[in-house]
Amino acid sequence: MSAVKDEDPRIDGIKTKIRVVPNFPKPGIMFQDITTLLLDPKAFKDTVDLFVERYKGKNISVVAGIEARGFIFGPPIALAIGAKFVPLRKPKKLPGEVISEEYTLEYGSDRLEMHVGAVNKGERALVVDDLIATGGTLCAAMNLLERAGSEIVECACLIELPELKGRDRLHGKPLYVLVEYH
Amino acid sequence: MIRTPSLLRRPFFSSSSSPPPPSSSCILPPPSLLRPHLISTPISLRCSAADSRSPPNREMATADNQQDPRLAGIASAIRVIPDFPKAGIMFQDITTLLLDVKAFRDTIDLFVDRYKDKGISVVAGIEARGFIFGPPIALAIGAKFVPLRKPKKLPGEVISEEYSLEYGTDKIEMHVGAVQAGERALIVDDLIATGGTLNAAIRLLERVGVEVHECACLMELPELKGRDRLGDKPLFVLVQSSVDAHDYH
Repeated sequence: MSAVKDEDPRIDGIKTKIRVVPNFPKPGIMFQDITTLLLDPKAFKDTVDLFVERYKGKNISVVAGIEARGFIFGPPIALAIGAKFVPLRKPKKLPGEVISEEYTLEYGSDRLEMHVGAVNKGERALVVDDLIATGGTLCAAMNLLERAGSEIVECACLIELPELKGRDRLHGKPLYVLVEYH
Repeated sequence: MIRTPSLLRRPFFSSSSSPPPPSSSCILPPPSLLRPHLISTPISLRCSAADSRSPPNREMATADNQQDPRLAGIASAIRVIPDFPKAGIMFQDITTLLLDVKAFRDTIDLFVDRYKDKGISVVAGIEARGFIFGPPIALAIGAKFVPLRKPKKLPGEVISEEYSLEYGTDKIEMHVGAVQAGERALIVDDLIATGGTLNAAIRLLERVGVEVHECACLMELPELKGRDRLGDKPLFVLVQSSVDAHDYH
């Protein structure tokens, strides 16, 4: 269950603004750089609008954004749809009491944290990040929200790397992306 | 031991030449945060517009001894966490403000009202909490958003600016080509303490010929005198909080 809206005329403008940086952070990785999109006010606004149009009026009360690039796209969406914004952060950044979720990396593991009390039981949530690769981080994010009792409505990313099959790690929840990179 | 910050009582003033009003503009927000266990510490409110470049008559529009009614809700939505990240620091946690839809929207509106139609084409936000407030402001005023990041996060060619910490140094980075000489910029972060990071951000932008119009933060810890480290650049904040300066650097 996914939607890649390549019919919307705004998508093309967005796609061309994403810069691919080869061999970052290591050889062989083609890094999808969204900072160039942020330099184009129209493309940035179109990006946010596409998500807002999809999620407005769906009774979503939580937008959770994954540090750090999810902090750029999540808040404008949250503000426009009238939801609260919940930052999901790397360990030891959040000052209050947190719940943590560990997830595997290629080498080793990492953790994502959320403040206790940020989300209430039964709230409907959207999870936002700039890109989904393997889906490990998004899966951890969903675990945090579900442990706190919220219902994940969808995961929303600008970019998907479909060959990494991150979509399959989302607990059966839908994924919505604007652009695929093959 | 938890130290309770003393109330900061300082009357509201503008950059015009009229004397400050005689009465204190200190407001105690109700301890009505989202959950009973959250700590609410009284903080004073001040809409501080120390912008010497604004013509006096523009500043007078806000300098009428009346605080914007939205500020009370914003101040009371910020949670203070004692002894984070280390003993003695009273950490100003804005995540609780982000849970209050109205307060978050009011925060953005207050900045947007101030900065729209000022010819600002760049909003630079300092990682990571500047990423939360900068983009909504940028979108509303039609400016681009430029993330200023810790080392090695930005994938393209960068310029770096080093700054001092209590022990050692750190660096912030910006992509080459993000901004052009002659552009006018706003720098956004959630809080100004000593001003070291903001000072580095100003230097970074000025090195490439950008005019920094103002620095904008939700909160200031005035006793740490961060304002004085911004050179001739003005600072605009929504809320001030008193701290024990000994524990900060």
